[in-house]
Amino acid sequence: MISKKNSKVVPIVLDGKEVEVPEGMNLVDAAALHGKEIPHYCYHPQLSVAGNCRMCLIEMGTPMRNRETGEAILDDDGSPRIGWVPKPVIGCATNVSPGMHVKTESEKVLGCREGVMEFLLVNHPLDCPICDQAGECRLQEFATDYGRGYSRFVERKNVKPKRTRLGPRVTLDDERCILCSRCIRFCQEVPKDDVLGFVDRGSFSTLTCFPGRELDNNYSLNTVDLCPVGALTSSDFRFKMRVWFLKDADSICPESSAGCNTTVSSREGELYRITPRRNDLVNDSWMPDSGRELYKSVKSNNRILSSRIDQNPCTADEAIIESIRLLEGKKIGIVGSCKSSLEEQFLLNQISLKTNAVNFIRGHFEEDDGILLSADRTPNLRGALISGFTQNYPKDNLVSLSQALDQNQLDVLLVIDEDLEAAQVDIANLEGVPIVFIGTHTNSTSNRASVVLPSLTTFEKSGTFVNRSFYAQVFRQAVPGPAGVLPDLSLLSRLHNGLTEDEEISPDQNSVWKVMNNVSGSVLKEISLTDVRKDAVLLDSSKWSDLPFVESKALHFEPATKVEA
Amino acid sequence: MAKTVVLERKPLSLSERTYLPQIATGLKTTFSTMFKKKVTLQYPEERPVIPQNYRGVPTLVKDPNNREKCVSCQLCEFVCPPKAIRITPGEVPEGEADREHVEKAPKEFEINMLRCIYCGYCQEVCPEEAIFLQQEYSSSGYSREEMINNKEKLYELGGVVPDQHYKWDKKKKAEQEGNSH
Amino acid sequence: MELWNSLELWQIVAIKVMFSLMMIGAVMTMAGYSVLAERKVSAWMQGRVGPNRTVLPFIEHIPLIGPFLKGLGIFQPLADGLKFLFKEEIVPGHVNKVYYYLAPIIALVPALTTMTVLPFGEFFTDTGDRIPLMLADLEVGILFILAVSSLGVYGIVLAGWSSNSKYPFLGGIRSSAQMISYELAMGLSLLPIFLWVSKPGIDVAALSLVEIVHSQNQSMWLVFVQPLSALIFMIALFAETNRLPFDMPESETDLVGGFHTEYGSFKFGIFFVAEYAHIVIGSAIFTTIFLGGWHFLPWMADPWPSTWIGSILGVVWFLAKTIGLIFFFIWVRWTLPRFRYDQVMSLGWTKLLPLALVNLLFYVILVTWLDQPAS
Repeated sequence: MISKKNSKVVPIVLDGKEVEVPEGMNLVDAAALHGKEIPHYCYHPQLSVAGNCRMCLIEMGTPMRNRETGEAILDDDGSPRIGWVPKPVIGCATNVSPGMHVKTESEKVLGCREGVMEFLLVNHPLDCPICDQAGECRLQEFATDYGRGYSRFVERKNVKPKRTRLGPRVTLDDERCILCSRCIRFCQEVPKDDVLGFVDRGSFSTLTCFPGRELDNNYSLNTVDLCPVGALTSSDFRFKMRVWFLKDADSICPESSAGCNTTVSSREGELYRITPRRNDLVNDSWMPDSGRELYKSVKSNNRILSSRIDQNPCTADEAIIESIRLLEGKKIGIVGSCKSSLEEQFLLNQISLKTNAVNFIRGHFEEDDGILLSADRTPNLRGALISGFTQNYPKDNLVSLSQALDQNQLDVLLVIDEDLEAAQVDIANLEGVPIVFIGTHTNSTSNRASVVLPSLTTFEKSGTFVNRSFYAQVFRQAVPGPAGVLPDLSLLSRLHNGLTEDEEISPDQNSVWKVMNNVSGSVLKEISLTDVRKDAVLLDSSKWSDLPFVESKALHFEPATKVEA
Repeated sequence: MAKTVVLERKPLSLSERTYLPQIATGLKTTFSTMFKKKVTLQYPEERPVIPQNYRGVPTLVKDPNNREKCVSCQLCEFVCPPKAIRITPGEVPEGEADREHVEKAPKEFEINMLRCIYCGYCQEVCPEEAIFLQQEYSSSGYSREEMINNKEKLYELGGVVPDQHYKWDKKKKAEQEGNSH
Repeated sequence: MELWNSLELWQIVAIKVMFSLMMIGAVMTMAGYSVLAERKVSAWMQGRVGPNRTVLPFIEHIPLIGPFLKGLGIFQPLADGLKFLFKEEIVPGHVNKVYYYLAPIIALVPALTTMTVLPFGEFFTDTGDRIPLMLADLEVGILFILAVSSLGVYGIVLAGWSSNSKYPFLGGIRSSAQMISYELAMGLSLLPIFLWVSKPGIDVAALSLVEIVHSQNQSMWLVFVQPLSALIFMIALFAETNRLPFDMPESETDLVGGFHTEYGSFKFGIFFVAEYAHIVIGSAIFTTIFLGGWHFLPWMADPWPSTWIGSILGVVWFLAKTIGLIFFFIWVRWTLPRFRYDQVMSLGWTKLLPLALVNLLFYVILVTWLDQPAS
C-alpha cells in the first residue's frame, strides 16, 4: 500500500547525491520524488507490493561499520566505505533507511533491466500495431528505454488465446500478459471481489477467473487501466481509436457525489473513453465502471438539439425572448438541479433572489457501494447548498413543489434538467402552469414544456462540482457542444439579464466566480477560481454539519457525525 | 571566415558594347537547337519510365496469400502531414479461415488524393508493410468525392506484393507445432 | 494607267474592294500562320515539338500527308481562331466601355491600312509596261506608312487606359513612351535612303516605295549600301511592333500581359492578330526598302520572264523574303531577353537617335559630294 505520509525525513544517497526522503517510503517512490525513474510493472503505489516483475532492480548498500567498535570504516581517501549488497534488490519492496546508498543507473542495474526486459519479451507478441495499449504501454516504453533493441530469440513464440472474455466489460489477450498480478491485487484490495488468479506454471501461466465467476464488479475496468501492457482491454474501447489521437481533458465524474477525478479522451469532438485520474484525496486511481459509460449520453438519441417553443423548433434567441416573456413579473417556481455546476446554481439563485421566486430542488439517492459510488447520485448537491440555492437537504422528493402547485401559488415554472413526473408531482396541477425547461435530454417535463432550451453535458462545458467531502473541483470542457446549443451559463445569464434591472453578469466562469466571492458570508470568500483550477480545494463545511447527508463511509470519506433525522 | 574575393570585371570592348556579336552568338545557339532531337514525350501514347523508387499514389497491398496486411494501427493517419488518411478500425471476427490470428483490420480506409502530398511517410511508418506508394502517378476525377480513394479502390490499385514475413502463417505454424498454450 | 481610264467608276471601286479583300485575306492568313510559326519555332528552339494534335477529321485519314500536316500543326490557327470566337465574352465591370471596345479596333485598323500602299510585285502588260501590284501607289508612300502605323499605339494606350486597372495602365504608359522614342529614330533612319535614291535627274516622286524597289533592280540592295540605316530601322521596327526584346507594353512576366490583361475572347484575339499583322507588314516594308522587294538577287536580272508567270514568281519571291524576315522576328524573340524599361528608353534616345542623326549627316554630306555636277 502507499507509504503513509510522514513528516519525518531521512537522508539517503541516491546515485551519489545526498537527498532527503520521507521515512518508510519505498525506493521507487523515493527516487521518483527526486526525478529518478525506477521502471516497474507490478508495483503500484496504491496496491500492495508483490515484487514479481523484477523490473525495479537496483543496487543498494549501507556504510560499513567496524563490528567491534561500531566506528565507520573509511576508504583510503577518507570517505566512508559502502557495503553494497552483492545482488541487486527490488526497489518496490525496499524501504528507505537513514544513510542508505542507492544506485539506479549503474551498469549492473542497467544490465538487470536489459535482462528482465529480454525475458519479458520472450513470449510477448509483436502486436503493437494492433494493440490498444500501444502509445501508453509501459512494456513498449521500457523496451525502448532499457531493452537491448533487438531480439536474440530464434524459437517460436507461445500462442495463447487472444480474446478471452473475463467479464462483461473486460477482454483478456493472454499472449500479452506479463503476469504482474496488479489486476489480481486490485480485485482483492479495492472492490474486495477476489475473482482473478493465475493458473498453470511456467510459460503456461494464464490469468483467469475463478471457476464459475466472472470479473463483473463495478470496478472491473480499473484492471484495464492498471494493466501495464495490453493484456486486459476494455471491450467498449477495444479497437476503437489509437490513444495517440486522443486529446485529454481533466474532468470530474458526474455520476455521484464521490467526485472521481477523470480524464475524458476525445478525438475531433468525438468522445472515446473516460479513465480515472489520480487524486489521492478523493479517488486514488480508481473510478466505477458505470461512470465510464456516461460519455455515451452525449450522442444519445434523446438529446435535445434545438430550442423549442410549444414543441416547435425555433432559434435560441426566440426561445430566450419567449422565456423572458413567460417569466417576467410572474410568481416563478424554480426547480434547480444537483447536476448543475456550482456557477450555474449560483446564477440560478441570483435569478431567484431578484425575481422573488421560490426554489425547489430534488436529490437523487440510491444505494451506496462504500467505495466510489455514493448514495447521492448527483455530483453537486453540496454546490446547491454553498451557492445558497437551497438551505434544506433535498430529501423530500419535491413534496413542497407539489404543495405549492396544489395551492396555486406558482404562475410559471423554470425547470433545470429535472423530470417532474418522475418526482411524483401531480400532473393535473401542472395544467395552466407554463414550464420553461433547460436541459440536455428529453423527459416528460421537456415534452410538456412551453419553452425548451437545450444545454450542455458535463463533457461539453467547464464548471465546478463540490463532492461529498466538500472538495471543490473543476471539470473542463472536453468536446464542443452540438452546433447552436448555448452553454448553461450563457442561457442563465441571458435570463438573468433579461429579468432583472441589476448589473449584468457575464456568462463566463471567471465573472461568475468574482460575483460569488463577493457574497457576504459565503464559504467561497477567500477562494479564487485559480486556486480551484490548480487543485481540489477543501471548503468549510461546518455550516451544514447538521444536515442529514446520506453518504456512508467510503474510500477517503468519513461521514460527519450528524444529527439523526 | 570565408575570404571575400572581389572579381575585377574587364571593361567591355567596343564590339561587346554594341551587343551585336553577342546577339549573333545567341541567335546561332537557338538556331542550332532547332535541329536537335526533341525531348517532348507524346504523353497519352508514350509513357515515361517510372523509376523503382518512385513515389506515386499510395495504395494498400495484400500478401501473396491474398490477405490484407493492414491491421489499422493508424500510424499512417497519425504521421500524414496533410491529414489525407482516414481510417475506421474494425475487429476481425473470430474463426475466419483465411484470416486466422488476425484480430484487427480496417473497416474503412480512405486516402484523400486532393490532400495527399506524396511524401511517403505512410509507407515509411507502416509497421506491417501494408501501404506502398507505387508507380501509379495519374489520378483524376470529376468530383471531390471521386478523388477520395476508399479501401476497395486502394486494394485494387495496390494489388499483391511479395512478402518477406508471412506473419500470420508463422503464427499458425507455431500454433500447430506445439507452441500453443 | 490607261487600263483604269477605260473603266467606269463603280467598276474601279468594285475591283479595288475585291483586291482589298484579297489582300486582307492574305495578310490575315499570314498573321494567323505567324502565330503558328511562333509556336512551332519557339518549340523547336526549346527542344520541344509544338502543336501537333489539331487536325480536321477527314484530312487525318489521308495517308502520309494527313499525319504530316497534323504534325506541323497546320490546323492549329483554325482552332485558335474558333476558340477566340466561341469563348465567353467577359467585360470587367470597372472598364470604360466605349474605349474598351474601341481599343482593339484601333489597334488593328492601322496595321491593315498600311498595306494599301505596299507594293508586292509587278504586272507586265502586253505593251511591256510594268504596273506595280499594290492597292494605291501613293507618291508619299513611306510617309503614309510611318504616319498610319504609328497610330497603332492609340489602340494600346486606349486599351491600357480604359481597362481601369494597374497592369494595363502601366503597359499603356510604357507603350506610348516607347513608340514616340522609336518613331523618331525610324523616320531619321529612312531619310538617307531617299536621299540616296532620289539622285538628281531622276524625275519621280522620291518618296514612292515603288521607286525604291526599282532602284534596287540589278544593283546593290540598300541593306548593303546603308547597313547602319537598315540596322536602326530594324531595331526601331522591333520596338514599333512590340516584339521582344522591346515588348514593354505586354511583358507577361511583370505586367501580366500588360495592356490586354483585361481583355478576353475575341477582343483579345483582335489584339493578337493586330500584333502579328504589324509584324507581317513590317517585314514586308523592310523587304521593300532594304531587300530589293520582288527582285531576285543583288546585281542580277530577274530570272523569270516578263509575263504573268514572272509576276507570280516575283510575288512569291517577295513573300519568301517577307516570311524569312518574319522568321527572323520570331527567332530574335526566342533568343533575347527583354530589356528593362529604362534601358529601352536610353537605347532609343541616347544611342539610336544620335546614331540616326550622324548617319543622316554622313549621307547628306556623301550624297552632296557625289551629286556635285562634275565641274
